[in-house]
Amino acid sequence: MSRIAVTFDTLRQNNRKALIPFITAGDPEPAMTVLLMHELVNAGADIIELGVPFSDPMADGPTIQSSYERALKYHVSLKDVLEMVAEFRRTNTVTPVVLMGYANPVEAMGYQKFVIKAKECGVDGVLTVDCPPEECEEWIENLKQEKIDTIFLISPTTPQIRIQQMAKRVQGFVYYVALKGVTGAAHIDLSEVANKLAGLRSYISIPIGVGFGIHDGATARAVAEFADAVVVGSRIIAEIEKSAEEEVLVNVYRLVKSLRSAIDKVGIKHRIARIKR
Amino acid sequence: MARAYDFPDMHGHFGTYGGVFVAETLITALEELRTQYEHYRSDANFQAEYAYELKTYVGRPSPIYHAKKWSAYLGGAQILLKREDLNHTGAHKINNTIGQALLAKSMGKPRIIAETGAGQHGVASATVAARYGMECVVYMGSEDMKRQATNVYRMKLLGATVVPVDSGSRTLKDALNEAMRDWVTNVENTFYIIGTVAGPHPYPMMVRDFQTIIGREAKLQMQEEYGRQPDTLIACMGGGSNAIGLFYPYLDDKNVSMIGVEAAGLGIETGKHAATLLTGKPGVLHGNRTYLIQDEDGQIIETHSISAGLDYPGVGPEHAWLKDTNRAQYVGITDNEALAAFHMVCRYEGIIPALESSHALAYAAKLAPTLDKDKLLLVNLSGRGDKDIDTVAQATGITF
Ligand SMILES: Cc1ncc(COP(=O)(O)O)c(C=O)c1O
Repeated sequence: MSRIAVTFDTLRQNNRKALIPFITAGDPEPAMTVLLMHELVNAGADIIELGVPFSDPMADGPTIQSSYERALKYHVSLKDVLEMVAEFRRTNTVTPVVLMGYANPVEAMGYQKFVIKAKECGVDGVLTVDCPPEECEEWIENLKQEKIDTIFLISPTTPQIRIQQMAKRVQGFVYYVALKGVTGAAHIDLSEVANKLAGLRSYISIPIGVGFGIHDGATARAVAEFADAVVVGSRIIAEIEKSAEEEVLVNVYRLVKSLRSAIDKVGIKHRIARIKR
Repeated sequence: MARAYDFPDMHGHFGTYGGVFVAETLITALEELRTQYEHYRSDANFQAEYAYELKTYVGRPSPIYHAKKWSAYLGGAQILLKREDLNHTGAHKINNTIGQALLAKSMGKPRIIAETGAGQHGVASATVAARYGMECVVYMGSEDMKRQATNVYRMKLLGATVVPVDSGSRTLKDALNEAMRDWVTNVENTFYIIGTVAGPHPYPMMVRDFQTIIGREAKLQMQEEYGRQPDTLIACMGGGSNAIGLFYPYLDDKNVSMIGVEAAGLGIETGKHAATLLTGKPGVLHGNRTYLIQDEDGQIIETHSISAGLDYPGVGPEHAWLKDTNRAQYVGITDNEALAAFHMVCRYEGIIPALESSHALAYAAKLAPTLDKDKLLLVNLSGRGDKDIDTVAQATGITF
C-alpha cells in the first residue's frame, strides 16, 4: 500500500481526519524548507503538500504567489524541491509528500526524468494545477507505474458527468476546491461544500480532502466534519511571511498545532467510546 | 471546398501545441465557450451581425495601400500595406473584440474582462463594452500603464475599470494571469475576452477566426486591384493575432510565403528581447503548450521590447506549429530597426505606424531591396502609432 493509503487507513481506524498543510519549497528561504516539513509533522500534519515555485501561478492568490516570488529569488528549481524531499526522507519515511505546482517546470525537466527522480526522492503524489487529466494521460500512466498518485482537483463547477468519468481514475485522495476562485480567497460556504461532498461520495470511494479558503481552526473543524482531509495553505504561508526569521518554525508549529486540535475535536466522541469499550 | 490545412483538432491541438491547460474550475467554462462558439460560428444571424458591425462600426473593409514612394526609395519589391490602422480604435484588435463581445452578449454574460499590454486590446474591449452596454474590467501591468498612459485614460473615458497588476514583471503576461484569476472567481457572469491567439482552446482558434477578416479581405482586394496574390505576407508577432489573421486564408496557397516578425529588442544576443519562436523552447503557459521564453528550470523570463504589444514571453500555439512545419518563417527586428522604419514610413508615406507594426515594416524594408521590382510584399499595418509618440519622442531624446 502507498504511504498515502496507509495514512488514510490509520486515520480512519482512529476516527481522525487528515490535516494537510501546504508550504512553498524555498520560502522563506531554501534552508528552512526541510526544517519546516519536520515541524509540520511534529505539529500534527498527516500529509505535506509542498509547493513547487512557478513564475506565473495562474490559480493562486496573492499570498501563495508572493511565496513563490520569495522562493524564486533563490532560484529554487524543481530539482531543488525534489532534493528537499529526499533530505526529508532521510529521517521521515512515513509522512506522505505531495508536490503541488504547475506544468511548465515539469515540462522543462522532462516528464520521464521527473517520474524517475520523484520516485527516487520519495514523492508520493503529484498535483499539477494546470494539467487536467485530458492533457496528460501518458504522464499519469507513467506516474502510476512508479506508484506515485496523481491527485485530481474537483471544483464547484465540475459537472456530474465529468465527476463520474474522473471517479474511474482518481488515486490517493481527491482534492475538492471549496470555492470558485484562487487560493487564499475569503468566502467558503460550508453547507454548500458539505452538500457537494455528500454528492461526490456516491461516485468516489477514496478519501476526499477540501482546500481553498480554510484559514482558521473553526473553519478547519467545520470542514473536518464532512471531509476526510483538510488542506490549509495561504494561512500558513501568511504566518511564514509575517514571522521574523528566528520565529518562523515556532509560529508555524503553534498555528498547525492549533489547527490539529481543532480538527481533532471531530470524532472525539467515537474515540472515547472506543477506548471505554 | 475542403481545406488541406485543418487545425486545430477537436481538442484544440495544433500538432503537439495548444490544448487546454487550466485549473479544473475553468474546464467547464471553456467547454461551454467551445460549444457556444461552435454554434454561433455557423449561425447565419450571428455572422450577419458581426459583418454589419465590422462594416458600420469598425469601417471595414480596410484598404490595401501601395506604399509607392517608400518602395521606390527602397529600390526593390513593391510594398503594400493592409491598413488595419484605419479601423475604429486604431488597430486590428477590434475585429476580435467585436466578435467576442457579440458572443458574450449571445451567451448572456453581462460582464467582460480583458488583459492588455499596449492598451490597444484594452481600448478595443472598453469600446465594445460601451457599444453593447456591458461592464468592463481591464487588467494591465503597472509598468505598461506607465508606458501607455494615454490608452489608460482612453479606457477610463469609455467607462472601463483599469486594474493595475503589480505582480511578476508587471507587464502583459502578469495581466493575463490576473485576468484568469478574475475569471476563475467570477466565471458565472463573466466573459473573458483574450486579445490574441493565446490562452486555452477555443481561444487561439476563435481569435484567429475573427481576425481572418484581414486575410479574407486581402485575398479579394489583391485579386481585384492587382490581378494576383502577393508573393510574401509580413506581420509582426506579439501573440500573433494580426499575423494569423492575415496568414490563415493563405495557408493552402503554396506560392505565398509568410513571415512573422518578432521583437528582437536590444538584440537577441543581449537576452533583452521578446523573440519567442526564435529563442524559446516549448512549454506550458496561459492554458496552452507553445514556445516560451523561459530559463532552464521552466520559469518564465521577463521580456523586452520597445513596443508593449510585442512584449510577451509566449506566442500563439498555431504559430509554434507553423514554425515547426516550416509553413511560415519567423525573424527578429530590433527596437532600433523598428524605430528607423517608423520614421521612414512617417516621412515617405504620411502614415504614423504603431511600433508593433513598425517591426513588420522594418523587415519589409530589409527584404524589399533584395527582390525584383515586380514582387509584391503585403505588410499588415496592424495599428496606428498615435499611442506611441511619447515612446518615440523619448527614444529620440525629445521631451515635450
Ligand atoms: C497595433 C498592434 N499590433 C500588433 C500587436 C501584437 O498583437 P498580435 O501579435 O496578437 O497581433 C498589438 C498588441 O497590442 C498591437 O496593438
